[in-house]
Amino acid sequence: MYDVEHVRRDFPILERQVNGWRLNYLDNAATSQKPRAVIEALAKYYEQYNANVHRGLHTLAEEATIAYERSRGRLAAFISAESPNTIAFTRNTTEAINLIAYAWGRRTLKPGDEVILSVMEHHSNIVPWQMMAGETGAVLRFIDIDDEGQLDQAQYHEMLGPRTKLVSIMQVSNVLGTINPVKQMAKDAHDHGALMLVDAAQSVPNMPVNVQDLDCDFMAFSSHKMMGPTGIGALYGKLEHMEPMGPFMGGGEMIREVTLERTTWNDLPWRFEAGTPNIADAVALLPAVDYLNELGLENIRQHEVELTRHALKKIGGIEGVTIYGPPKAEDRGGVVAFTMGNVHPHDIGTALDQYGIAIRAGHHCAQPLHRRLGIGATARASFYAYTTMSEIDQLADALVKTQEFFARRTRPTAV
Amino acid sequence: MSLDALDALYKEVILDHYQNPRNMAPLSEPTVATDGFNPVCGDQVHLELAVENGAITGISLHGKGCAISQSSASMMTEAIMGMPIDDADGLAKAFRDYMTGHDATPARDLGDLEVLDGVRKFPVRVKCATLGWNTLQEALKEFRAGLKTGNVVIKDGEKPQALP
Repeated sequence: MYDVEHVRRDFPILERQVNGWRLNYLDNAATSQKPRAVIEALAKYYEQYNANVHRGLHTLAEEATIAYERSRGRLAAFISAESPNTIAFTRNTTEAINLIAYAWGRRTLKPGDEVILSVMEHHSNIVPWQMMAGETGAVLRFIDIDDEGQLDQAQYHEMLGPRTKLVSIMQVSNVLGTINPVKQMAKDAHDHGALMLVDAAQSVPNMPVNVQDLDCDFMAFSSHKMMGPTGIGALYGKLEHMEPMGPFMGGGEMIREVTLERTTWNDLPWRFEAGTPNIADAVALLPAVDYLNELGLENIRQHEVELTRHALKKIGGIEGVTIYGPPKAEDRGGVVAFTMGNVHPHDIGTALDQYGIAIRAGHHCAQPLHRRLGIGATARASFYAYTTMSEIDQLADALVKTQEFFARRTRPTAV
Repeated sequence: MSLDALDALYKEVILDHYQNPRNMAPLSEPTVATDGFNPVCGDQVHLELAVENGAITGISLHGKGCAISQSSASMMTEAIMGMPIDDADGLAKAFRDYMTGHDATPARDLGDLEVLDGVRKFPVRVKCATLGWNTLQEALKEFRAGLKTGNVVIKDGEKPQALP
């Protein structure tokens, strides 16, 4: 296990003051903070070897290309992908899912084919499929959740059938914290001849993820949630599926030969990387991967379980608070979404900000989930490797003070 | 005390409107009905207006959301009752411009609405304060476009939520 105080010193932003208080950053599911090594790598790229990749003959171009491809390789190893060619850089998780919807979905799905999603999915794993279903005539099915925020596996098995072509599920919910059994769900999908896409945005940064073990066909995740820079993410795809896929965006880099009449496509993965890529942020992602490996993903996971256990107890112990998702910390990722009596999440957010505490309030890009839960909005605290127990204590204290603030100024309403 | 700064935002009048929103009873014959929704955060309002001889003679508003959005909308219903629609439009514009900091002082006398001036110090909450007013301007635009309906107007394919 690592020393959290020691780790915090690597993150310059954690020294910030907000409204006279030290920043208490509990919005990691929205984005993570970056260690100095990542920030310096970004500057160093622009200071020393910025050049366009893949085409150049000069030294800088060679150095940039090597750094860019080295980052791809490190990312592939990070998730135990079988080859760097299985990793296509994208802008983020959303773009990776859209890539599959366009390059695979639109060309493969026929009217009546089925794609299985769930009611807890992030909009990025719903909207591209709605758009694609509209164009192809494919049908979307949504697995429901139970009272503890677990997917209804019995319903899933009922849904699976000869028409199922794809199952696309988030590994960890960014609201409920539910950790879905995607390995088993992938197997079930394969038993019915369907492919499995895992939305790993909320899992790759926080726990060991091994695509060989999961045996998923596609996986999507983002750099900015895993201590890396914004603007870069990745799609993993088994070579056997990516090989026959036509391109996503067209342009330079993704071609082999271009004539006025026709064009042949480049090999994987560059076929899916049109135009000049986000070289700088791809390069700066590498030290983030190294940093996570140094801390150890199992250690980060363990740390988050302890934080979550503490949070469930302290926040759950406040009168009027309802926490959503599975009751046990071991069954959850490090996000805690809750409501607090009559104080609306927005008002909670504004109050907590007065204490320098950053949480998120709203529907967290999961409107269907909130509708399913019968609520308009939740407040959400989410943790990461550098979060401390005392930050959670501070959160709990501030919530109590917030509750008192509003209670003092309003008459009690009949419940 | 750290939450003192919030006193400027959450004045008693505001929280009173939050707890006891005015003008909730549905209209028997609304001239126009509109839903407002803040997709960023989930605040929503359902607004009905009765318009006769170019003036607002009836209002019904109910919604779900944070203290600022709901109380601002409730205060709006009191402010515009009986107003000619051009006047109500002008008030909405003056309120929005003042909230967004576009105007340093309100373009016209906002009356009781001045109590919301604390929102100016919390820019992230401006969208909450203006939700009801944006919805009002939408409703008046629809009215002017000649939409007269006894039924609820569906916006963006979203049915208004049934409230508990």
